[in-house]
Amino acid sequence: MAKAATKKTKSNADDYLRMYRQMVRIRTFEDNANQLYLSAKMPGLTHMYSGEEAVAVGICEALTDDDRITSTHRGHGHCVAKGAEFKEMFCELLGKAEGYCRGKGGSMHIADQSHGNLGANAIVGGSMGIATGSALRAKLQGSDDVTVCFFGDGATAQGLWYEVMNMAALWKLPVIYACENNGYSEYTKTEEIAAGSIMARAEAFGIESHQVDGQDVLAVNELTQKLVARARKGEGPFFMELMTYRYHGHHVGDINREYYRSKDEEKDWKDNRDPIIRFRAYLVEQGIATEEEIEAMNAEIETDAAEAVAYAEKAPYPPANEVDMHVYAD
Amino acid sequence: MREITLSQAVNEALAEEMRRDETVFILGEDVAEAGTPFKVLSGLVEEFGTDRVIDTPISEPGFVGLAVGAAMTGARPVVDLMFGDFIYLVMDQLCNQAAKQHYMSGGKLQVPMVLRTNMGATRRSAAQHSQSLQALVAHIPGLKVAMPSSAYEAKGLMKTAIRDNNPVVIFEDKLMYQDKAPVPEEEYLIPFGEANVKREGRDITLIATSSMVQVAEKAAVMLAKEGIEAEVIDPRTIVPLDEETLLESVKKTSRAIVIDEGHQSYGVTAEIASRLNEKVFYHLDAPVLRMGAMDVPVPFSPALEDLTVPTPEGVVENARKLCAGEMIHAA
Ligand SMILES: Cc1ncc(C[n+]2csc(CCOP(=O)(O)OP(=O)(O)O)c2C)c(N)n1
Ligand SMILES: [Mg+2]
Repeated sequence: MAKAATKKTKSNADDYLRMYRQMVRIRTFEDNANQLYLSAKMPGLTHMYSGEEAVAVGICEALTDDDRITSTHRGHGHCVAKGAEFKEMFCELLGKAEGYCRGKGGSMHIADQSHGNLGANAIVGGSMGIATGSALRAKLQGSDDVTVCFFGDGATAQGLWYEVMNMAALWKLPVIYACENNGYSEYTKTEEIAAGSIMARAEAFGIESHQVDGQDVLAVNELTQKLVARARKGEGPFFMELMTYRYHGHHVGDINREYYRSKDEEKDWKDNRDPIIRFRAYLVEQGIATEEEIEAMNAEIETDAAEAVAYAEKAPYPPANEVDMHVYAD
Repeated sequence: MREITLSQAVNEALAEEMRRDETVFILGEDVAEAGTPFKVLSGLVEEFGTDRVIDTPISEPGFVGLAVGAAMTGARPVVDLMFGDFIYLVMDQLCNQAAKQHYMSGGKLQVPMVLRTNMGATRRSAAQHSQSLQALVAHIPGLKVAMPSSAYEAKGLMKTAIRDNNPVVIFEDKLMYQDKAPVPEEEYLIPFGEANVKREGRDITLIATSSMVQVAEKAAVMLAKEGIEAEVIDPRTIVPLDEETLLESVKKTSRAIVIDEGHQSYGVTAEIASRLNEKVFYHLDAPVLRMGAMDVPVPFSPALEDLTVPTPEGVVENARKLCAGEMIHAA
């Protein structure tokens, strides 16, 4: 675990506890979502973020509500980390009217827009233009917000990325490209679909690039804080490659997956590099929280989630007349 | 006759054509070991190897471009586009490059490739994984478009597509992959531009594509109980379109409803309805009706999504009105 560069002041302790809480909230959300799928209560499929929590939390904790993010098909983690509530999230997952997108988006488009989340996207790489455009707007309008573009290793194969990186670099846009490299795109290992080095591709545009351990929330957070501060001053764009791992299959239905990924490999990441277990040990060791306090926090989050699920299950579907609402803005 | 799933039918068609012609190869995301997310291609890589069943990065415009180039120079690629919704990403390669080479070269170049992809809502996959975009490509001269309505059609049309010397786009309904239908063991091809009269009737013609054929057939059964005899026709390919069969049917029944899962406005249904109006107007006793998907992005919520697609009940209601002589004017 990377040591925190800054001293552990009171506010640092609060920040750390919030980061821990947010990571556990993501894991708990996903466990419940998976359960909803397994018990056939959730329509469709969903992609779990479990295992990658330190990436979304480390990054989003370095952002303000004015900063924007764009999310992916694996978007629940980004959504929670950018400030969303369980109730509206579970409602969205079940297609209920009180969901963040009034049930129109579901898992693949879930986002709490009021906290600067510009949306989860079901097109791999589909948000790269949106994120860069948001950064262009910030520059044109003289506002100092930063946009973080989340995408996977697989998405680096999309040509769009190279077009927008070029423009972002030419025009020094305040955008941070955050590649969550979890080693796989669907059922294929990254090395089978990515030639050369992903970092070098961003560097080829003159974009400062960093690789960071995506299972270490403090390392992610510290790096992001620095890059965000610099991006606000017009020193962007930046690229971050976050080395991470997804615990579940590509989606909840991807259960028999040994043909592309071994159980041993999964076990190794879960047992030895889990971002939550690691950070918890750090918090205890540094005297920031006791085991009891952490257990209490975990329990509280579980209760919150259970209540939100129960609420969402009972919540009404959108009325039929909403079907052709929101096609065009007024 | 044995029954196999639509998924198996596609798989068999590809395997047979790959055995028959070694220039046929498959290109797409997770097509090899994974056999696609829908498992349609399972087993092909074992037989044909990774030189002929090629996993690509997630670079749709790139690998469709590769297919165009390979097709222009002597191969017969079958591109797997995981979801029909991704067709937007490949429009330039498909519509500017593949579709026009033969014409632009004065007939000297040709692009014998197949783009197999899917369509169909109600899988709770939301707005970017549920669209039925056949109208988009059917609009472009130079592309052929097939829409199999069962395992039988899926196999016969795929084999014809692979042997065709033009770019062909095949839309499979992703909700039908597990649906079984009788498929002969012996080889057969289904020619393009030959509609299939699925059911004969004298009162009204229901022209339906892909999974909408099932919707029309269910409606026909319900209508029969009310004494309305509906004829159900599956065009099987919308480009080329077997106008002849459609026109003959409507001359006989003097009423028609056209059903397709693409958005209703500016869609496949509009094109077919318009041809009927132009060519058999004086035989019509009622306006030709279109039934497509509602003109909205496909919503995720089951409560909303189910409202957006044509249903047998909706077809029955419209057919009843047309047969009762009630003029239907859109509001
Ligand atoms: C343009 C496009 N192509 C293909 C897909 C199907 N698909 C969904 S997720 C995925 C893999 C993405 O891998 P990666 O970017 O590494 O993200 P991860 O799932 O690992 O988080 C693919 C191929 C898609 N949604 N959009
Ligand atoms: Mg990945």
